[in-house]
Amino acid sequence: MAEFLSLHDAVARYVQDGATVAMEGFTHLIPFAAGHEVIRQKKRDLTLIRMTPDIIYDQMIGAGCAKKVIFSWGGNPGVGSLHRLRDAVEKGWPRKIEILEHSHAAMACAFEAGAAGLPLAVFRGYIGSELPSVNDQIKFIECPFTGERLAAVPSVRPDVSIIHAQRADRQGNVLVEGIVGVQKEAVLAAKHSIVTVEEIVDDLNAHPNACVIPGWAISAIAVAEKGALPSYTHGYYGRSNRFYKEWDAIARDRDSFTQWLDDNVYSAGENS
Amino acid sequence: MSLEYTSSEMMSVTAARALENGMTCFVGIGLPSEAANLARLTHAPDVVLIYESGTLQTKPDILPLSIGDGELCESALTTVAVPEMFRYWLQGGKVDVGFLGTAQIDRFANLNTTLIGDYKAPKVRLPGGGGAPEIATNAGEVFITLKHSKRAFVKDVDFVTTLGFGRDGKGRDNVPNIGKGPTRVITDLCVMKPDPDSKELVVVSLHPGVSREDVIDATGWEIRFTEQLESTPEPSENELTILRELKARTERAHADA
Repeated sequence: MAEFLSLHDAVARYVQDGATVAMEGFTHLIPFAAGHEVIRQKKRDLTLIRMTPDIIYDQMIGAGCAKKVIFSWGGNPGVGSLHRLRDAVEKGWPRKIEILEHSHAAMACAFEAGAAGLPLAVFRGYIGSELPSVNDQIKFIECPFTGERLAAVPSVRPDVSIIHAQRADRQGNVLVEGIVGVQKEAVLAAKHSIVTVEEIVDDLNAHPNACVIPGWAISAIAVAEKGALPSYTHGYYGRSNRFYKEWDAIARDRDSFTQWLDDNVYSAGENS
Repeated sequence: MSLEYTSSEMMSVTAARALENGMTCFVGIGLPSEAANLARLTHAPDVVLIYESGTLQTKPDILPLSIGDGELCESALTTVAVPEMFRYWLQGGKVDVGFLGTAQIDRFANLNTTLIGDYKAPKVRLPGGGGAPEIATNAGEVFITLKHSKRAFVKDVDFVTTLGFGRDGKGRDNVPNIGKGPTRVITDLCVMKPDPDSKELVVVSLHPGVSREDVIDATGWEIRFTEQLESTPEPSENELTILRELKARTERAHADA
């Protein structure tokens, strides 16, 4: 049964130095408040998994939390580069990081395989791509029935997955609405999971086929109002496209980034 | 009377015209998204637009900044999880056309969105593959649109993120369950198609006012022109009006957010 914890306590308990962490949310419902809490608690040597690292991992990489990043598209959507990711990859600041890159299809399948308890995902992919030459976690296998050559990648099995959702009820059941990405898969694939929510309600009012994650499949729930900003929460608030554009200038320069981090994360309290 | 329009508008209108009404199109963000929505708002009202965020049959009123903007979900017939999108809808063979942009493209229409330089010591690190590697092989065919320049159109890409026809033009030969690959490349100067035999890109149509020299100067290999070289039809007043309204609505919406 999910335990209701403060965001501080949930992160302190489940995110250990050196852990493999997936913080998912495909453009929508990105768990920024949780990411900032990980930064504030100075977690180190994390292996960070996310299909689209987005600004959240740019911030965590720039803050020195990551030793490795596994991803499939590492840009600032519609704006350009993730400058902190690039600085770490190209210049080793604030530390050298290792990257392992996939395609979206591979990662989506790997999350699904993780949720399904399988060691690998099999799919028709990477044909003619040179990604397999730089990522030793991409292999090819022969279909035992047809002989077709198919791509195989290891399933994603994080130590902890963190997602943001609209709301939980008092039993800890969680409703995710809108673009649901790979969030359910991320939670079910992980040993532990933290779900931050906009609010706790008496009744989820969920349709029969809605994306509901039962409380007994979640480790901890923490309320984090506006916890996805500058990404968005469908039905609650919109995406701050303005911030995504502003981030380009903030993150381009190490000093302006460090200043931003001091002002907006370290000096700010929980739920910032 | 000749209409006034920019080379970018010419590119978007030409790219939009490539989509036929009723096609199912897996849309990349940026220029492909602009072209696909222009098609939907003009000659192809029943084109089905799919974005990798899981939004199926979406009809955004403004162009999304990101692939997962709320507008895409709110205006979609339905929204599915990302694994379902890639497994059932794309890999399952439900997509006619993948519409992609790229940072670099070579003579065999291979796409590089990974990096410039050497993988271990990149000069410029680009965002990476995203959905493109599997869109390009699992969609029935692929349209590509990008601005023409020597930096973008190179003889050999630094890295094949996404298969066109491979480094030797034979990358799709004898591969089962694979789409036709790139069938046209639309730029702000011209339209290119792969040679049926060698698969090397060949210019089939020049935009009005563009010379062969303009294309040669902006291409990093010895670009060939087809014998029956055509002139790309100009945008209509209606297409330009709808494109400009779409872009103005988008700018207003993004400035407010």
